[in-house]
Amino acid sequence: MKYWIIILAALKRKKWRTGLTISSLVIAFLLFGLLRSVAVIFTEDVDLSGDDRLIVSSKYSIIDSMPIAYLQRIRGIDGVEIVAHQDWFGGTYIDRANFFPKWPVPPKEFLDIYQEFKISDQHKEAFISTRTGMIAGQKIIDRFNWKIGDRIPIIGDIYFLDDGTNLWEFDLVGTFTDIENPGNEDQVFLNYQYFDEAREEEWRGVVGNFIVKLTDKNDGPRVAKEIDAMFANSMDETKTSTEKAYQQMFASQIGDIGFIMNAILAAVFFTILLVTGNTMSQSIRERTSELAVFKTIGFSDMTVMTLVLIESLVLCIIGALLGLGITAIMMPALSEMVSVSLGEISLEISVILSGLGIAIITAFVSGFPPALGAMRLKVVDALKKD
Amino acid sequence: MSEILVDVKNLSKEYKRGGETLVVLDDLNLEIPKEDYLALMGPSGSGKSTLLNLIGGLDTPSSGSVSINGERIDQMNSKQLSNWRASNVGFIFQFYNLLPVLTAQKNIELPLLLTNLSGAQRKKHVETALNIVGLADRSGHKPSELSGGQQQRVAIARALVSDPDILVCDEPTGDLDRDTATDILNLLKSLNEDHGKTILMVTHDPAAAESAKRSLHLDKGKLII
Repeated sequence: MKYWIIILAALKRKKWRTGLTISSLVIAFLLFGLLRSVAVIFTEDVDLSGDDRLIVSSKYSIIDSMPIAYLQRIRGIDGVEIVAHQDWFGGTYIDRANFFPKWPVPPKEFLDIYQEFKISDQHKEAFISTRTGMIAGQKIIDRFNWKIGDRIPIIGDIYFLDDGTNLWEFDLVGTFTDIENPGNEDQVFLNYQYFDEAREEEWRGVVGNFIVKLTDKNDGPRVAKEIDAMFANSMDETKTSTEKAYQQMFASQIGDIGFIMNAILAAVFFTILLVTGNTMSQSIRERTSELAVFKTIGFSDMTVMTLVLIESLVLCIIGALLGLGITAIMMPALSEMVSVSLGEISLEISVILSGLGIAIITAFVSGFPPALGAMRLKVVDALKKD
Repeated sequence: MSEILVDVKNLSKEYKRGGETLVVLDDLNLEIPKEDYLALMGPSGSGKSTLLNLIGGLDTPSSGSVSINGERIDQMNSKQLSNWRASNVGFIFQFYNLLPVLTAQKNIELPLLLTNLSGAQRKKHVETALNIVGLADRSGHKPSELSGGQQQRVAIARALVSDPDILVCDEPTGDLDRDTATDILNLLKSLNEDHGKTILMVTHDPAAAESAKRSLHLDKGKLII
C-alpha cells in the first residue's frame, strides 16, 4: 500500500512516544493473554463426554464429604472400571510458605487410574504396602531436597490425630513424574488407610470425592447420571462431573474467577484506551500543519481521516501481536505453575482472536476523535498557525 | 493576448467575528493569463493571502466566481476541490511544510500517491522534479539535513511534481536570507519562463515582486492598479 510511507512517517515522528505507547499496549495484551487463558478454564462449557475420568463430589459443596461405603456401589455400575477417592488434607510442612497439595488416596487404585504419573514398580509397591507411606512429585523432591526414607512432618490444620495432637508424620517411599503436565509434580499423595485410621474417630469412614475411571469414555453422561440417581434423596447426595469441570468448581471456591479477571481486564483496557487516545490526540495536534499540507496537495478529508485511523490501528495491532506473542512464549511456564489446581492452560485461538478484536476496537475508539478532528481541519485556519 | 487561466469575477469574502461582519475581499475582479507571473503585494490584512487561498481552491468565496482554465472551482464541493487541487495547482509556503521524517525524495513523492502511477513512474517524476530544482544529489536527505534554501527547493519540487498549471506561492522567500531568496526567485522565474508555469505569488518583499512579470497591490480587499 503506497500510503504506508505516511503511516510510518507519523509513527516514526516521535519514536520515544510511539515506543512507550506500544509498550503499554504490549503489557495490556500480555495481561489479557495470560488472564483470559486462565479465565477460559473457568468459563468454558463443560462437556461430560470425551473424558474417561469422572469426579463424584457432594451435591451441595465440594467441602462436604461422602461415606466411603459409596465406593462399592459406584464400582457396581456398568461401565465403571476403577474407583478411587481423595481428600484435601491441608496441613503445613514446616512453614506456611511451603504450600503444596497433599492428598490421602488409596495407593493402588489411584495410581491405576492416573497412569500418566510415572512411578517405578518398586516405589509403587512401597506406597501400597507402607501404612504411613507418602509419594511426592519430583518437583517437591527437588524443592525440599527430600530423599527416599525421609520422615516428613506435616502439621494438620483440618485433620487432627485421634490423640488430639496435629503433628502427622509420613514416610517418603517413592517419587513420581508427569512429563506431559509437570505441574502435577508439585503435590504429594498419602496412604488413605493410615490417614483414615489415625484421624479423629468422628471423621473416619468418609472421603472428599470419588474418582471414577470409565471403561468407555463415551459412557460418561450415562454413568454420571446413574451415580447421582443412585444417591438421590440420601443424606449425602452427589454431583458427578468430569475431572475438568470439577477442577473449575474447585478453583472457583475463591470467587467468580472469570468475572474477577474480566473486571481487571476491563480496567486495564479502559486505561489503555485513554493512553492511546491521548497519544493519538497529541500526535495529531502536533501535526496540524502537516495534515493541512496533505489536504492542500489534494488528500481528501476522508483520506486524511482514514490515515489517522490506520495509524491508530497499526499502533494497537503491533502492541497486540507483541503482547500475545510474549504470552505464547510465557504460557508453558504459567501452565506449569497453576496446572495442579486448574488443569492444562494454553493460549487458545479464541483468546488470540478476541485480543486482536479488542485491538481493533481500541484503535477505532481511541483514534476516532483525533481522526474526526483531522477530517474537519480547515486548511486555511491550520496554515495560519505557522 | 494570451489565453486567460484564472478568471475572478465580483469576488467577495466575508468573515463573521462575533456580531461583526469583516469584509476581507470586496467585489474583486482579476484575470491572470496563462504563463503569467504575478506578484500580489499589500499590507497585512489586505486580503492577499485570502485571494491566494480562493484561487488555490483552499477556501470558498462568500460571493462571486473563480474560474481556473474554464472550471468554476467556487461551485465545487470539498471532495471535488481536493481532486482538483491534486492535479491543477501546486502550493509553496513560507515555512516549506515538509514532513521531517521523510527524505526529500519521499516528500516530493507525496502528491503522486494520489495518482495511479506505479512506484517506478513516481520515482521517475520525482527525479525530474529534483533535477529541475537542482537537488538531484540531495534526494536521500531529510529536511533537517538541508539548508533553508534547499528545503524550499524541495517544497517547490513537491509543488511541481504533479505538473500543475498554476503555482501558488505564499511568501516563498519570507524565511530566507537575501542570497538564498534570490536563488529561489530565479528558480521561480525559470519555472515560469522555461517550463510555462503560471505563478501567483504573495509577497511583502519588493525585490521578490520585481522578479515577477507584473505586480498588483491590494488594500482593504480591493485591487489598486
